[in-house]
Amino acid sequence: MIRLLLLAPYIGLLWVPFYNFEEPKLFGFPFFYWYQLAWVPLTSLITYFVYRSVRHES
Amino acid sequence: MKANIDMSALAVFIFFFVLVTAMGFFASRWRRAESLDHLDEWGLGGRKFGTWITWFLVGGDFYTAYTVIAVPALVYAIGAYGFFALPYTIIVYPLVFAVMPLLWKAAKERGYVTAGDVVRGTYGSRALELAVASTGVIATMPYIALQLIGMEVAIKALGLTGEMPIILAFLVLALYTYSSGLRAPALIAFVKDIMIYIVVLAAIIVVPSKLGGYSAVFSAADAAFEAKGKGGILLDPTQLVPYVTLALGSALAAFMYPHTLTGIFASSGANTIRKNAVLLPAYTLLLGLLALLGYMGHAAGLQLQSNNDVVPTLFKTLFPGWFAGFAFSAIAIGALVPAAVMSIGAANLFTRNFWKVWVNPDVTPAGEAQVAKITSMLVKVGALVAILLLPTQFALDLQLLGGLWILQTLPALVFGLYTSWFRAPALLAGWAAGFIGGSALVWSDGLKPLHALAFDGVTVSVYTGLLALALNVTVAVAVNLIVPAKETADDDLHVAEAESRS
Repeated sequence: MIRLLLLAPYIGLLWVPFYNFEEPKLFGFPFFYWYQLAWVPLTSLITYFVYRSVRHES
Repeated sequence: MKANIDMSALAVFIFFFVLVTAMGFFASRWRRAESLDHLDEWGLGGRKFGTWITWFLVGGDFYTAYTVIAVPALVYAIGAYGFFALPYTIIVYPLVFAVMPLLWKAAKERGYVTAGDVVRGTYGSRALELAVASTGVIATMPYIALQLIGMEVAIKALGLTGEMPIILAFLVLALYTYSSGLRAPALIAFVKDIMIYIVVLAAIIVVPSKLGGYSAVFSAADAAFEAKGKGGILLDPTQLVPYVTLALGSALAAFMYPHTLTGIFASSGANTIRKNAVLLPAYTLLLGLLALLGYMGHAAGLQLQSNNDVVPTLFKTLFPGWFAGFAFSAIAIGALVPAAVMSIGAANLFTRNFWKVWVNPDVTPAGEAQVAKITSMLVKVGALVAILLLPTQFALDLQLLGGLWILQTLPALVFGLYTSWFRAPALLAGWAAGFIGGSALVWSDGLKPLHALAFDGVTVSVYTGLLALALNVTVAVAVNLIVPAKETADDDLHVAEAESRS
């Protein structure tokens, strides 16, 4: 079940109306850019979390 | 032309090129095997690459020199739309995490080296094996040619003209790949990636500070698109579906390519792959920041002859000669790693799934390694000739089709990991429908990757590769339901035979 977390980046990134905006800006980056960049470490963290819970299986 | 050459840039370039060449030849002794005369050794580095080597190798062959040139060029030309590479290279990793350890396990247990091996082992169908293997080879050829284009752009930026430099560089690449196999790009990937990281860090810190910060970079780009009347720093409503479908389709296709699959099969274990799915996104961060160089091009007010020149020109304009030389060597070396892995992946396919099956079934392991070495050489020569003789657009068009083609091997390669319901004739019919139907669609759209669909008067553009995949799966399911199982009984015999052999 915990593997379903791996779907989160798909939902967060493939529904563009979530993030196709300019505001709020961060360090001069429009939201469109920093939102997607933020998904990089977030996806890593989620995957690591799933890794920790499944590694005993193999 | 000599006046254009910056001597310090050229000296730095030559130094690094000589360094990686020496490493390429030395690589045959690195983590030495008893002998490289075996395809597992030459073509998969002995399947012993741990987490860090796999990270450098897969990162090094997935994020290619052409990416470094082309993604910023696309962003420079049309803005936000060019960023689809970012979601693409994020969502690919959960997929790698879920699917690739299963594929690795099957490959390790049964001695598979290629996607063609996996398909024959699973379905016992030589026809399906040939379809998957030849798709891999023809999808890879234009990809190698693209690496050459990236290298050409970097070499030209140094002021070197003519065809000799690129021929020389490729000759060197071909020779050390021949002698060291996958160990060469694995070792060179360390140098390449560290260089690229230094270049990108310098660019994202130094360039905005010279151009007035990121706000200034984004508003300069916005103004440039406004003036041009095309593109923008946000997506146009008509670009939403293309953006998403290109990202999803590219992610599904990415690890079906022989070079990325080679990196997976060469790793030492399923957990090595899982850890890499966690760690590889570091490169994606890099890619996202690199893409911004396209906007920095607008902020710096560059005048370009071709969009592909945006990164080299930016470095030439804003950095001292020696650092520009360092950046260009990073890009050129960045082409060597993927080009080597691609030619090895294609050579493995040809050797295992064509030569061994159709030409010489009794080939010895040493003979296999020899055939693969020669094939890897021929594949690279082919790409070089294509670049020298044919227009660049030809390689780009073929690369576009290559992505669509390789995506059609997904059902045959992946479905069998989860279900034994599909049979070979159905998957073969699906592959043919996706391959031919998809190619025809791209052709009828004037070699564009998007196809316009009309629903109730609303027109939506969708990545053609995904449409072809949908057709592929639909046909596969339909044929599997319609064709009675007993007609494929002799396929089951092949499975039994294949399993008893391995």
